[in-house]
Amino acid sequence: MEISRRDLFKIGGKILVLASAGATLEQIMGAAPAPEAYRRADHWWGMIIDIDKCIGCGSCVRACSNENHVPSGYFRTWVERYQVEEGKQPIVDSPNGAMEGFPIHTREGIKSFFVPKLCNHCADSPCVQVCPVGATFVSPDGVVLVDTTYCLGCRYCIQACPYGCRYLHPEKHVVDKCSLCYHRITKGLTTACCENCPTGARQLVDFKNPNDPVHEFLRNNKVEVLKPYMATQAKVYYKNLDGAVR
Amino acid sequence: MIPGVDGFMYPNEVELQWSLLIVLYPYITGLVAGAFILASLERVFKVDAVRPTYRLALLTALGFMLVAPLPLQLHLGHPERSVEMYLTPHRSSAMAMFGFVYLWYLMVVLLVEIWLEYRADIVHLAQTTTGLRRLVYKMLTLGSENVSPEARRIDDKVGYIVTLIGIPSAFLLHGYVGFIFGSIKANPWWSSPLMPIVFIFSAMVSGIAGVLILYMALMKVEKMTIDMNCLDTIAKYLFYTFVIDFSLEMLDLLHRTYEADESFRSLDFMVHTRLWFSHVIVQIVLCTMVPLAILAATQVWRFSEAHRKTLYALSAVLALIGIFAMRWNVVIGGQLFSKSFLGYTSYKMEFAAREGLLPAIGLMILPFLIVLALVKLLPPWVKGEAREV
Repeated sequence: MEISRRDLFKIGGKILVLASAGATLEQIMGAAPAPEAYRRADHWWGMIIDIDKCIGCGSCVRACSNENHVPSGYFRTWVERYQVEEGKQPIVDSPNGAMEGFPIHTREGIKSFFVPKLCNHCADSPCVQVCPVGATFVSPDGVVLVDTTYCLGCRYCIQACPYGCRYLHPEKHVVDKCSLCYHRITKGLTTACCENCPTGARQLVDFKNPNDPVHEFLRNNKVEVLKPYMATQAKVYYKNLDGAVR
Repeated sequence: MIPGVDGFMYPNEVELQWSLLIVLYPYITGLVAGAFILASLERVFKVDAVRPTYRLALLTALGFMLVAPLPLQLHLGHPERSVEMYLTPHRSSAMAMFGFVYLWYLMVVLLVEIWLEYRADIVHLAQTTTGLRRLVYKMLTLGSENVSPEARRIDDKVGYIVTLIGIPSAFLLHGYVGFIFGSIKANPWWSSPLMPIVFIFSAMVSGIAGVLILYMALMKVEKMTIDMNCLDTIAKYLFYTFVIDFSLEMLDLLHRTYEADESFRSLDFMVHTRLWFSHVIVQIVLCTMVPLAILAATQVWRFSEAHRKTLYALSAVLALIGIFAMRWNVVIGGQLFSKSFLGYTSYKMEFAAREGLLPAIGLMILPFLIVLALVKLLPPWVKGEAREV
C-alpha cells in the first residue's frame, strides 16, 4: 500500500493528538511514572516548614487523614498554636489536631504562631533503635516506616519517640505513624499534606537531589529541628522556629 | 478541653500506652530476682541462718518467673507475633533481649538449681510414692536415680557453680528491666543511669519481703515453728537492702531537684499533684520510711519474739506495697506528663478489660497458687525440721 504525503501527515497528526490527550489524562488522573524508574538509593527525603507561612487552616491534617485513613482521634500530622506572653509559660493548643483549624483568638500583645508537626523521619531514630523485632525501620531513602505485618504492638517505640508522633492503631493493634506518603513520593508525587497546604508552608524535599530548593533554603535561612538536644538527626527543618516550641 | 487532660499534650499522648500490666511486669520479675538473691545468701555467701528459706526462695522465684511474661503477652497488640522476638530479634533493642535473658535465667539457672537441690528428694519420692505421683516424680528424676554420696557431692558442686552464675544473672534480669526504662532519652522521668541499680535493689527488697511473708504464712499453715534466727537474719537483710534502695532513690530525687533541668518544673508539679498520693504518701512515707523505722527499731532494741514477728510481717507487707507503688509511679507516672512539658493526662484503669484490674489481680494470685503447688510437689522442708533447728 502506498501512503501519500497527505495521509502521512494525517496519521501523524492523529497520533500526536491522541498522545497529548493521553498525557493530559495521565496528568489529570495522577498516574505516575513507571515504578522501576524510582531508585531508593537516589533519594533522602525530608521536609522544610516555614512557620511564618502557616495559617493554621488544618488543610494538611484533613488531607493526611483522608489520604492515609487515619483513625479518628489520632494524628499522623497536626498543627499546634503557640501563644507566648513575655515571661510566662506558652499557651499551646491543638483542638482535634487542628483538623478544623483553630477558633479565632483576639488577645492583643502576645506572640502567636502555628507549628505543623509530623514524624521527623530521624536518621538516628530512637523508635527504630528500640523496636524489639525491627518492624519499624529507616528505608534506604530516609523514611521511617512501620511493617504492619510484623509489629507486635508492644508500643516501646511510642515511648521512645520524643515528639509524640506515634500511636497504636485502634483497629489494627499495630503502631501507626506518618509514612511521608511513601506510596505517593515513590511515584514522583508530593505528600498529601504538602499538596494541600494553601500557602506552601510545608515542602517535601530530597536532600540527595542537587537541584532541590532545600539546599538554597538551608543556605539562606535560619533553620532548626525540633528538640535538637535529642540528637536524633531529625530531617524536618523549621524556618524561624521560636525557642518556646517543644 | 479533653477530659482528664490539663494543659497541652501532644494529641497522640493523651492515651496511656503502658498500663497496669506493665506495672506488674517489673514487679513480678523483681520478686523473682529478689527471692533468688536471698536463696544465694545461703548457698554462696554461707549465711546458714537463712537455710530454712533456701528452698522456699527458689520455689518462689520459679513460681513468679513462670508468670513474668504473661502480663507482657496480654499487653501486646499482636501476642501471636511475640515469637518473632526470639526468631528475628532486633539487636539494638533493649526489649529484644528479654526473651533470651528470661530463658537463660529460667532454663539455665533456676530449673537446674532447683533440680540439683531436690534431686535426692525426687529420687526418694519416686521410690516411696505410688500411682500418678510416682509417675510425676519418676519423670522429674530425668532418668538419674544415682544418689550416692559421690553423686550428691557432684550435685552440690554443680549447684554451687549454677548459683554463682545465677547471682549476676538475677542482677542482669532485673537490671535489664530497669534499663528498658532508664535508656529512654525521650522521657526524663525514666532516663537515668541509676534506674537499673534502683530496680535491682528494689527487687531485692520485694523478693526478701515476699519470701519472709510466705515463710511465716506457710509455717502457720503447716503448723510448724518459725525459726526465729532465720527470721531475724532475713529481716536484717531486708533492712540493709532497703536502706540502700531508699538511699539510691533519694539520690535520684536530690539530683533531679538540684540539677533542675528543663523537665523539672513539669515533673515537680506532677509529683505534687497527680502522683502525690502514690509517690509521696504511699511509696515514700507509708511504705518506705515507716517499715525502715520499724526495721531499724528491731535492730536497735530487743523485742519479744511475738512482737518481732508482728513487726517483721508488717514491715514486709508495707515493703511489698511500697515496691509496687514504686513500679506504678515509674510506669504510670512516666506517661502522665507531656513530652512538651506543658500538660498532664490521666490514667483511667479499666476493670474487666484485657489490660484491666481483674486480669491484673488474677496475674498476682497465679504465682502464689503456683508456689503452693510447687511446695506440695517439692516440699521445701521435712515436717519437724524447723523445730529441730
